[in-house]
Amino acid sequence: MSIAQTSLSPAVVPADTRPRRRSLWSGVKPTMLALIVPALLLAFWQVATTLQWTRLIPTPYAVAEYMVDFAVGGIYDDAYSATLLTHLLASMSRVYGGFALAALFALPIGLMIGRMPWARMLLDPFLQVMRPIPVTAWLPLSMILFGLGAKSAFALVCLGAFYPILLNTVFGVRAVDPKLFEAASMLGCRGNAQFYKVVLPAAVPSIFTGLRLGLGLAWFVIVVGEMTGVPQGLGAVIMDGRTLSRTELVICGMIVIGLAGYLSDRIVVAIGNRLLRWSPNHHG
Amino acid sequence: MAESATPIIEIKGVSKVFRMQDQTIHALSEANLSIDKGEFVCLIGASGCGKSTLLRIMAGFEQPSSGDALMWGRPIAGPDPTRGMVFQDYALFPWLSVRDNIGFGPGARGLSSGEIKQITDKFIDLVGLAKFANAYPHQLSGGMKQRVAIARVLANDAELVLMDEPFGALDAMTRERLQDELLDIWQRTKLTVVFVTHSVEEAIVLANRVVVMTPGPGRIESDNSLGLPRPRDVSSPEFNDIRRVLGAKLHSHHAKKAA
Repeated sequence: MSIAQTSLSPAVVPADTRPRRRSLWSGVKPTMLALIVPALLLAFWQVATTLQWTRLIPTPYAVAEYMVDFAVGGIYDDAYSATLLTHLLASMSRVYGGFALAALFALPIGLMIGRMPWARMLLDPFLQVMRPIPVTAWLPLSMILFGLGAKSAFALVCLGAFYPILLNTVFGVRAVDPKLFEAASMLGCRGNAQFYKVVLPAAVPSIFTGLRLGLGLAWFVIVVGEMTGVPQGLGAVIMDGRTLSRTELVICGMIVIGLAGYLSDRIVVAIGNRLLRWSPNHHG
Repeated sequence: MAESATPIIEIKGVSKVFRMQDQTIHALSEANLSIDKGEFVCLIGASGCGKSTLLRIMAGFEQPSSGDALMWGRPIAGPDPTRGMVFQDYALFPWLSVRDNIGFGPGARGLSSGEIKQITDKFIDLVGLAKFANAYPHQLSGGMKQRVAIARVLANDAELVLMDEPFGALDAMTRERLQDELLDIWQRTKLTVVFVTHSVEEAIVLANRVVVMTPGPGRIESDNSLGLPRPRDVSSPEFNDIRRVLGAKLHSHHAKKAA
């Protein structure tokens, strides 16, 4: 009896080839559902401001108008008109720079803690104590160490992104199925070769999750990072808005950070889905 | 001449003790077994009888606490491509396609990409997965994953294939089909197979020798040669006679305890 003739069990077909019915509704449904909560919030905001439950928060319309001015100018023509791109680029450079710096430290340290018992004993207790200290608490020390300005901002963003990358890398390296080491060694792949052939690829989903969380946190701490006296950046704009009691400026800054963080995460997820096609539970 | 006299595997007075905190577990006690090239040996027994431990010692994943485990007369020092293992839960590399899983061993041996392609093509065909060469393990059924695991070991020129309840997680029909395919491969390639199972029927379908093991401490109860002609008919009286005899041996330790 030949092997080939008895080969295929019908239950299994690669997931992509399954026929799928696509109506117009199923195409727009996720978008529609996603817009419900923001729409409700916007409505509530509108009602609250027109009924004057608070006088300190501007109406959505005022904020929208200001956002246009912030982006392209031509309405108020004040110090913040048409400066959105400048601030956004300044913040992006700190977010991605700080994030890259964090990854540069966290990945090798994480691989070492995950693989070498002595590195774990040396570094793990220290890092576990440092981890709960919020980035905000580091602000004064950071300004003393790195001075007022961009260097401090970099350092704080880097600190914010560091721990999720580190912890997920450690977890990914340590969670490799021991059977895979046995499988590799009986196939002739031993010692250090296993690090590249087994540990690294097996840890990629976790490492990726860590990078995604790290980038998210980099955006999350950008306002604190830019409390260090930098002249430009979305965080700086928000701090100025606070000082000047210009709440519409604060809200514009918040919205831009939210959207920028969201888009940046979508890009990371798209890259991840491509890179991790092999992983059944990694499609965000 | 000398080679044909030397068994491929010799287990001489092998015991294995695991120590956990304040407990010692005698997983295997004074096991003796000799396997010749080309044999198909099944190890059967209830859980805790040491069959998997014995298999893992042959693979080189465990070292005996006392006694000798030899391959071609030389001590088994560690895992080696000449002894391929097929695990119950497949242990495929999830980040590699079917093709790359099968090519993993040849790659680790440092063959050129041309040679690797030739070998993987051959074994992908052998196990009938040509249409799925580029699929990832999570896209395959259990039976297909186990085919990949078998091909991966064969592609690495294993002389001895060690199988740890490889079909235990599969449904009955898939299991029967894979049993037939495995026998077919075994007969064509002159491999030596050591196959752990807890199913008496599976052991009789496959093996030309059935080693019955009993737990507490794990030991070899008996070593039974089967003279049944192939292909074997599960419903024949001869088959069922053997099933009865082996079944009784499998439960012999209960009788002793009861007495």
